Amino acid sequence: MSERTNDETSPDRAGAAGVPATTAAPAQVVGVRQGMFGTHDAGDTSGYGGLVRTIAFPAPSVRPFGGEFDELADALTVALDAEGTAFDTAVESVVVDRGEMTLTVRREHILSVCRVLRDEPDLRFELLSGVSGAHYPGETGRELHALYHLLSITNNRRVRLEVACPDADPHIPSVVEVYPTADWHERETWDFFGIQFDGHPALTRIQMPDDWPGHPQRKDYPLGGIPVEYKGATIAPPDTRRAYS
Amino acid sequence: MGIEEKLPSGLLLTSVETIAGYFRKGSLWPATFGLACCAIEMMTTGGPKYDLARFGMEVFRASPRQADLMIVAGRVSQKMAPVLRQIYDQMVEPKWVLAMGVCASSGGMFNNYAIVQGVDHIVPVDIYLPGCPPRPEMLINAILTLHDQIATTPLGVNRVAAAQAAEAAALVATPTSQMKGLLR
Amino acid sequence: MTDRTIDDPTTDATTDATTDDPTAGPTDGADPYGVFETDAAEGTVFTAGGGDWTDIAEEAASLGEERIVVNMGPQHPSTHGVLRLILELDGETVTEARCGIGYLHTGIEKNMEFRTWTQGVTFCTRMDYLSPLYQETAYCLGVEKLLGITDEVPERASTVRVMLMELNRVSSHVVALATGGLEIGALTVMTVGFRMRERVLKLFELVTGLRMNHAFIRPGGLSQDIPPGAIDTIRDAIPDIRRDISDIEKLSNENPLVKARLVDVGYLDLAGCMALGITGPVLRSTGLPHDLRRSQPYCGYETYDFDVVTWDSSDAYGRLRIRIEEMKQSLDIVEQTLDRLQESGPGPVMIGDRKIAWPAQLAIGGDGMGNSLDHIREIMGTSMEALIHHFKLVTEGFRVPVGQVYSAVESPRGELACHLVSDGGTRPYRAHFRDPSFVNLQAVAAMCEGGQVADVIAAVASLDPVMGGVDR
Repeated sequence: MSERTNDETSPDRAGAAGVPATTAAPAQVVGVRQGMFGTHDAGDTSGYGGLVRTIAFPAPSVRPFGGEFDELADALTVALDAEGTAFDTAVESVVVDRGEMTLTVRREHILSVCRVLRDEPDLRFELLSGVSGAHYPGETGRELHALYHLLSITNNRRVRLEVACPDADPHIPSVVEVYPTADWHERETWDFFGIQFDGHPALTRIQMPDDWPGHPQRKDYPLGGIPVEYKGATIAPPDTRRAYS
Repeated sequence: MGIEEKLPSGLLLTSVETIAGYFRKGSLWPATFGLACCAIEMMTTGGPKYDLARFGMEVFRASPRQADLMIVAGRVSQKMAPVLRQIYDQMVEPKWVLAMGVCASSGGMFNNYAIVQGVDHIVPVDIYLPGCPPRPEMLINAILTLHDQIATTPLGVNRVAAAQAAEAAALVATPTSQMKGLLR
Repeated sequence: MTDRTIDDPTTDATTDATTDDPTAGPTDGADPYGVFETDAAEGTVFTAGGGDWTDIAEEAASLGEERIVVNMGPQHPSTHGVLRLILELDGETVTEARCGIGYLHTGIEKNMEFRTWTQGVTFCTRMDYLSPLYQETAYCLGVEKLLGITDEVPERASTVRVMLMELNRVSSHVVALATGGLEIGALTVMTVGFRMRERVLKLFELVTGLRMNHAFIRPGGLSQDIPPGAIDTIRDAIPDIRRDISDIEKLSNENPLVKARLVDVGYLDLAGCMALGITGPVLRSTGLPHDLRRSQPYCGYETYDFDVVTWDSSDAYGRLRIRIEEMKQSLDIVEQTLDRLQESGPGPVMIGDRKIAWPAQLAIGGDGMGNSLDHIREIMGTSMEALIHHFKLVTEGFRVPVGQVYSAVESPRGELACHLVSDGGTRPYRAHFRDPSFVNLQAVAAMCEGGQVADVIAAVASLDPVMGGVDR
């Protein structure tokens, strides 16, 4: 069973036992796919050229989430209430998909949510595995996402936090004061996506040379690469070749 | 050495070439320039099973000023390129460069913004060794081919003549992408 | 008082000047490079000759003591690849240590967005090049989770995955010990270690066809089954590997030189590890038995019998002991996998679903490894569907439902995880790898500041960073 509206032909078997019910409308429509074989000009004679499919991420889940995710959400609600923040103010949506829980947190609350997740005895997410970014140019107003993966060794749980910010105002508060390990991760996310983490001690480029223009892992940054010369032909770089999706 | 610059082309120069080539190839010291996966295979080639010491090359000099051969082992990123050039410049003549692996030879599988598509964009390469990573035996084969190349290098006026001949040949040669009809 | 003489050989006139107030210049419009004297007082005495001695003295006085900024790398024999260490030294003591990384950045993650899901394996395998099979497994587990086929991967495939991963752990730890030994001067450990690694690489070549960067583990299973006779060959090689491990132990465990170099070096306690997100042998050297194979098992690890190795000293010596013991544990696990493979007999190594399973079974032919002739016969002569599947899967690839996953494995260096985002297509929308070396390297500052320069090298060696994983 799947509440997702994507209609890809691949086996629809991601529903394990205990997959929660979802809301009717899909959240996070990230784009639209047209045609079937990757051609966008007159070359497609298959008849599928007029196909239009929306790409929508798994819809937010409603309670009960199933398993230990409910305990996590309850503990988080209680802890945030103790701080004076309502759960729904801080957390935009909860998605439980494929055995993993993703909390989409509003950027002004990410620091308090991280602090609560780290310090509350029922939560105790001591380890921040990493901060990474993702770029969804199709989602206007929420193009840049920062993803935080947390691990609780005491409770043997994982959770993912997702924070979205617009391209026009790419600022997210830094969590270095709660998880010092985020230092290099946030530098890398700035380097590759252009997300500025406010409050970071030294937000500079870490992987690319210091004077590199642009943010390479954004979708509007080309892969680069040169055509490869073979005996008798040249092959174009991968991002200018034909894609089937 | 200086002597080869002064000799005219002839038997004496050929003898100097032979002797100089023999000694140069017999004790070619590599500079450590291991970058990525190929570096591990290079270390293995210096290890006990595929011993590079039997070719006079066990001493991997840390300082480029004491090294003759720079084995560029691994992918060269845009950030590393100036460092590579600096190390090459710090080496003293005569020096040779071996591009080990496909990433050093041509950019390899990484045809993108971050990797220099072949170190011959930065330093002159004497021998290219494909492989991802090349086996230690392949590296030894490349080194021995380079040894042969060094042993027969023309010097002095012969070298100038050889360089001019090579350039003239390259100017009239067919470009790679125009070499058609080879499959027949 | 410290005397320092700074000579500028470019000028003939050497003027001697001593001053205790470097900011006081000459008065009354006199020659700015001329001599002027003040009362010699307490404090550092600088003797400067020629040149712009006012500035030299100013700078030297403002620095206070002898502080030098030393740049180790990126080309350096003992920085584990292209790591740049920027150290501010006060004599032999390191006052500040910073890492400069990115010299091996390859753009693998962005490159994977332009390749199919199966081709992604060949890219991710080259990140942390000492433990390629771990990247492949983390990635394939992620893809399988996205596809929802985790339970349908054949058991034989999971068993072989475990066997290969544990052999990879042995070969990776031995490189850590060998290069670490090389850096502290124990050259025999290097030669013994590399000889031992050759035995393991021979086994990899037997099973996967390549010594490194195998691209053997594919979404859905393995690219091909283990060759006949492989089980016996591997079983015969294990005693030799154990003997080499005991050789390394005899050379290093109770060696007073090794102990002098490694005990109490690179100290990082549990609080530091948690704050910095460190996992792997570094975390286990603090005494915390955190191992993902035990706490969040994958590939059937819960059914194997092994110990989580810890030490309690939080220093480089503890990590050495942990790595050696983990190698022994890995060989035990390999033996258990071999028993299972022998018991269960031949079976599929790729899932049954033809829409995802990698179509070809490879074999060694006259010109090397390629599609086996049986397979060619089938797709060209017997089954049209097989031909179509082969064609579509190789050129287009399979489509993966929309969603994101995070799959983690316990690699030799710590938690290696893969965050995959799929937009329903044949290519990853976003692939990000949480590499343990990237995170572990942040500990360099905490471990080295306040210590000696020589300990920096030992501490970095005990962290075991692989720059391919750090820079990706």
